[in-house]
Amino acid sequence: MSGYNFAYLDEQTKRMIRRAILKAVAIPGHQVPFGGREMPLPYGWGTGGIQVTASVIGAGDVLKVIDQGADDTTNAVSIRRFFARTADVRTTTRTGEASIIQTRHRIPETRLREDQIIVYQVPIPEPLAKLEPSRAEARRMHALAEYGAMHVRLYEDITRYGHVSISYDYPVLVNRRYLMAPSPIPAFDNPKMHMMPALQLFGAGREKRIYAVPPYTEVRSLDFEDHPFRATRAPHACALCGAADSYLDEVVTEDRGGRMFVCSDTDHCETRRSAREAAA
Amino acid sequence: MAYVAVKGGERAIDNAHAWLADARRGDPDLPALTLAQIEQQLGRAVDRVMAEGALHDRRLAALALMQAQGDVTEAAFLLRAYRTTLPRFAAGEPLDTAAMHLRRRVSAIYKDLPGGQMLGPTTDYTHRLLDFALPTASPAPAARRTGEPKPMPRIGDILGAEGLMEPDAADPGSSGDLTREPLAFPAARDVRLQALARADEGFLLGLGYSTQRGYGNTHPFVGEIRVGETAVEIIPPELGFPISIGDITLTECQMVTQFRGSKTTPPQFTRGYGLAFGHSERRAMAMSLLDRSLRAAELGEDVVAPAQDVEFVLSHCDSIEATGFVEHLKLPHYVDFQSELETIRRMRADAMRGALTEAEAAE
Repeated sequence: MSGYNFAYLDEQTKRMIRRAILKAVAIPGHQVPFGGREMPLPYGWGTGGIQVTASVIGAGDVLKVIDQGADDTTNAVSIRRFFARTADVRTTTRTGEASIIQTRHRIPETRLREDQIIVYQVPIPEPLAKLEPSRAEARRMHALAEYGAMHVRLYEDITRYGHVSISYDYPVLVNRRYLMAPSPIPAFDNPKMHMMPALQLFGAGREKRIYAVPPYTEVRSLDFEDHPFRATRAPHACALCGAADSYLDEVVTEDRGGRMFVCSDTDHCETRRSAREAAA
Repeated sequence: MAYVAVKGGERAIDNAHAWLADARRGDPDLPALTLAQIEQQLGRAVDRVMAEGALHDRRLAALALMQAQGDVTEAAFLLRAYRTTLPRFAAGEPLDTAAMHLRRRVSAIYKDLPGGQMLGPTTDYTHRLLDFALPTASPAPAARRTGEPKPMPRIGDILGAEGLMEPDAADPGSSGDLTREPLAFPAARDVRLQALARADEGFLLGLGYSTQRGYGNTHPFVGEIRVGETAVEIIPPELGFPISIGDITLTECQMVTQFRGSKTTPPQFTRGYGLAFGHSERRAMAMSLLDRSLRAAELGEDVVAPAQDVEFVLSHCDSIEATGFVEHLKLPHYVDFQSELETIRRMRADAMRGALTEAEAAE
């Protein structure tokens, strides 16, 4: 696009963001403040993820963008177009073909590889925010690894409901040190972060924080020995591809309560369906 | 199939954008607005967009307003997203507002003062009656300006001469820049003022107002409001002396507030400071109220009200950040909602089972 640098951001800004990413990789799960820029998309639409992607993307990269697991949701379309326009990179909907995957609210069902980067869009990077609204105080708690308040929160849930009631953005402990917000992915996706071969980068644009989980890093969802973490999904099989182990969207089909359950990861679903058709 | 209908994002976006362009233009039989008309006749909106867009360029602010259909927050956002791509080649020298070419200057704390009171183009004493003749009125005769502009000392200097006003803080040499360094707490006053200068006017107004109603009172008096043109100077390294790169219109407000004194400082007046692009008195006044209330901690006052809480005010004052995060709620959230559905179904099942067991036990 004329008048703008490759991938929109100027090179000085990219260098600044890459320095923040390197620091984040060196301290897994620690939130690194960075001089986030205004982007031509609004805060809340993925400006942190876009800045991270813009800073790591090269001309040879192949980009996949998903929102709610789907490539065809409007915001995913918009961000994919943004990079096609500003960086002229190849885009794909295939998880296996992508070198960079930017995501909002999901981790693909297909296991990611060492040569891939997944970039999460993060609204609230501070996992303690709901317990301690002051970022200055939360920062102190991280420095001291003072995470008792979060354990108490989980314990209170268990005494009240018999289980933890957090269903997404379920807090994790990274590399046995930093409490981290996995972004609002369903808790179902949390186990995929553990020892993932791909580099995981997290960008929070409005809050101006970057954090990372390097490949093959321990990521544990907080739990108790007698109440181990449990990932839940709708107890159905996908109505389109029959998958019984993928995360499902509930689609209301008519106004008398009819609904169907289908894979949230559209690439996963389509790949399974075409494989089935090929076999038939 | 119904499920397919909720997809199709590509075509939906294209159609939406086409419709938006159509709605923006309105009835094509009416002449289109020109940027010059917006700049000249909707000047206050242009001023606000420049302030919240943090970029002084009247023509671009007018373009942003046109593109945003007059939505001031959206226009400020357009300007911010443009501003952030601009290279920086110099930092301005401190503005000398004492040397402003004033078109308005009022003080509420003296009947008269050196330089005098000058109402200028104000709505303060207009009757807010709709002027039904305005749309067809011929241009008003040019206003009469009397006398030559004379230097007007700033109010702080007048009070300072008697030792009643706290002295200006020492020049820190360089100031922070939250467009390059993310906000961190505790935030120093230079960064606080920068954040407030770009902040949403409604937010400033509401919180400034709250200090007057008892939530962090500062006993404010308008020491001075001045509106006028001032030169922006830079020192290019290859020259080594200041050169002017142009004049901008500014509104400055010095709010004089009470300070009861401490063990080390006798009672004196303290300042709240407000500065805004263009003619923006509401903005500059509200900003000066908040600047002062945010100094509560450093002056040893109790921090009890929202307007005194630096982290609260600075984290929520930016209209671009706020509108983004509030409005992002309309993006799809169905994956998280699905996980909430499963959780609440499980909790309801548990609760009903529990009720059943209790009922059985009661039998």
